[in-house]
Amino acid sequence: MEMLGAIVTLAGSILLFLGALGILRMPDVYNRMQAGTKATTLGSILFLAGISIGHYECGCFGKIIIIILFVIFTNPISSNTLARAAHFAGIGLTKRSVKDDLKDDDIENRGEEK
Amino acid sequence: MISIIIIVLGIIMILAAFLAIRLKNLLSAIISAGVISLLASVIYLLLAAPDVAMTEAAIGSGLTTIIFIFTLKKIRKGDLDD
Amino acid sequence: MADLIYNIAAIVALAGIVLSFARLILGPTIADRAVALDGMTIISISLIVFIAYYSNRVIYLDVAIVYGLISFVGIVAIARYLERGI
Repeated sequence: MEMLGAIVTLAGSILLFLGALGILRMPDVYNRMQAGTKATTLGSILFLAGISIGHYECGCFGKIIIIILFVIFTNPISSNTLARAAHFAGIGLTKRSVKDDLKDDDIENRGEEK
Repeated sequence: MISIIIIVLGIIMILAAFLAIRLKNLLSAIISAGVISLLASVIYLLLAAPDVAMTEAAIGSGLTTIIFIFTLKKIRKGDLDD
Repeated sequence: MADLIYNIAAIVALAGIVLSFARLILGPTIADRAVALDGMTIISISLIVFIAYYSNRVIYLDVAIVYGLISFVGIVAIARYLERGI
């Protein structure tokens, strides 16, 4: 049981490392945000679950479950808010991106208002 | 194990403090100051002081950052220089 | 054996903090630095839970809860400032 928890924890920590590597290596703010949110969320969930599996005799699953729920709820919200703010602050996309739907929606809405 | 974490986090804290006094953009300096408090909280926890760590995380990382951002919003109406 | 794997996992997560901090140094815009701060926060929560079980004290988990709450509020404040609507 302890070995299973250790392996799950190692998988979670590798996902955390890959998320941080994505933050460092991606070419764009939005790509960095995507790598740094999804991989990091799954990595932290696996890390916490692995530790609570490996030390099951402690009997404190409640706080771990609260922390996992908190990460699941707040991490996408903060990433979404930050991406929207970065888009409206005028930070551009990388040159390799091919489509920007939010900008097109803005242009259409402005046309309707005029 | 504990000493390795303390050394690495301490080096990052020193670099963040240097960055906070060298950056020209004020919001980036505020973010760097938030990093210092964030890592100081982890180091307090490693030195077996959970109440001090909780206070540092609440006041140093949260309240100070938000008050700095409000102040920056008050003293600088609008221009987002970067 | 299991303790060795736990220690390796903590070292790998610590390397993740270092890489995120490299982006915070390099980052050309403010949003890059905010993303790096977000990543450092999430990895630090995992590291705090590891420390709690490393030193066998359950009270350290409360620090992780407070940490997550406060850092979420900070990131949202930075984002609202960027959107000029605080």
